[in-house]
Amino acid sequence: MNVTIVDYNSGNISSVINSFTEVAKGKVNLEVTSDLNKIKSSDKVVLPGQGSFKSCIDALNSINGLTDILSEFVMIDKKPLFGICVGLQMFADVGYEETETKGLGWLPGKVSKIDNKNGKYKLPHIGWNQINIVKDSKIFKDVENNSHMYFVHSYEFIPEDKDVISAITDYSSNIVCSVEKENIFGTQFHPEKSDKVGLKIINNFINL
Amino acid sequence: MLKNRIIPCLDVKNGRVVKGINFVDLKDAGDPVEQAKIYSDGGADEICFLDITASNENRDTIYDVVKETSKKCFVPLTVGGGVRSVDDINKLLNSGADKVSINTAAVQNPSVVEESSKKFGSQCIVVAIDAKKNGDGWEIFTHGGRKETGINAIEFALKMEKSGAGELLVTSMDKDGTQSGYDIELMKTISESVNIPVIASGGVGTLDHLVDGIKSGASAVLAASIFHYGTYSVNEAKQYLASKDIPVRI
Repeated sequence: MNVTIVDYNSGNISSVINSFTEVAKGKVNLEVTSDLNKIKSSDKVVLPGQGSFKSCIDALNSINGLTDILSEFVMIDKKPLFGICVGLQMFADVGYEETETKGLGWLPGKVSKIDNKNGKYKLPHIGWNQINIVKDSKIFKDVENNSHMYFVHSYEFIPEDKDVISAITDYSSNIVCSVEKENIFGTQFHPEKSDKVGLKIINNFINL
Repeated sequence: MLKNRIIPCLDVKNGRVVKGINFVDLKDAGDPVEQAKIYSDGGADEICFLDITASNENRDTIYDVVKETSKKCFVPLTVGGGVRSVDDINKLLNSGADKVSINTAAVQNPSVVEESSKKFGSQCIVVAIDAKKNGDGWEIFTHGGRKETGINAIEFALKMEKSGAGELLVTSMDKDGTQSGYDIELMKTISESVNIPVIASGGVGTLDHLVDGIKSGASAVLAASIFHYGTYSVNEAKQYLASKDIPVRI
């Protein structure tokens, strides 16, 4: 099996590469690339994302044909894709970080700034928070409810269809921290930085 | 609920772990990769490497240390010390650091903070503030605490927040190495002034000091020697904080 991490200059992806390398050892073939043909022929794709919604979308768009290939992979070929942090946020129709920016539109919804309740909550939301699993998700196999995951973000994904939400976390309000819809998976938290339980989620995705 | 973080810090010189007393009198003791792994297995919420003499010496060894550590530790890794430019930040991130802390360069050339937070995202930019009591306020120092600047610490903290820092790592120069506790007044004043998370640093000698640090409003507490010399394990520290009703990840 081939798992591809999309390398599109979205900032720092070395931790994503390290964690997937650790889990994939001897199990699957891991590629880190922006090569369209390799992505297209891959069995699974990981879409990381750091920085702002706009900077990640701009970086995707700067590689000719990449968004089309990814959309085809997800929406037509229906192959599994895992978005992490801004990688998940980009599933939305639109994001409002820096300026209004069109997203990939795979899951209807928007990405807006977390309400900090007039400074009561510090932003970014940085650190370990517990996830409340609200529906069965394949990537949460053997993951206990209320497990701690590592977060670092100031914006949240608000999907129109609440059925896609697989876990929420409590920070100022109930923040969507994980989604699953058919072959589309995403976490707002960083499984690659969430120690053993995070590696378990990565393992679950690889074993899908 | 978001938990308060405990961050063990390892001072690294030429690829080896050391710990300074008031930033001098260094003692060598250990391999940073193994140390970091012990900490992360023991429940550390993040790991911090401070390349202490980096401003003066060849610092390429740190890239190898970061590379090796990031292959074995799957909790966030912050690296600081001698970071001068956007290119230095890029190199550390590419080596496997999750965050980079910037001290002297943030004072001398604040555009480094602005540019790097735009380029890599605020989430990986930590501004390290070394502050010393001066009259009614605090003044910031650079170059590992050796150089005074005349700049007010609170004003500087606000400026760094505006420039795009994701977190502030605040060290009291008066307290660092003394094991007499954080400068609570400093932590409280900065935490209340900014809307980004503050990491308290400098002066931890007992577990009660960690409790005091969190109560001052800091989101995370950093300590070096109490963990490094095995006075307490990270897990003991967490159990103690939990017993004092401070939310931690256990």
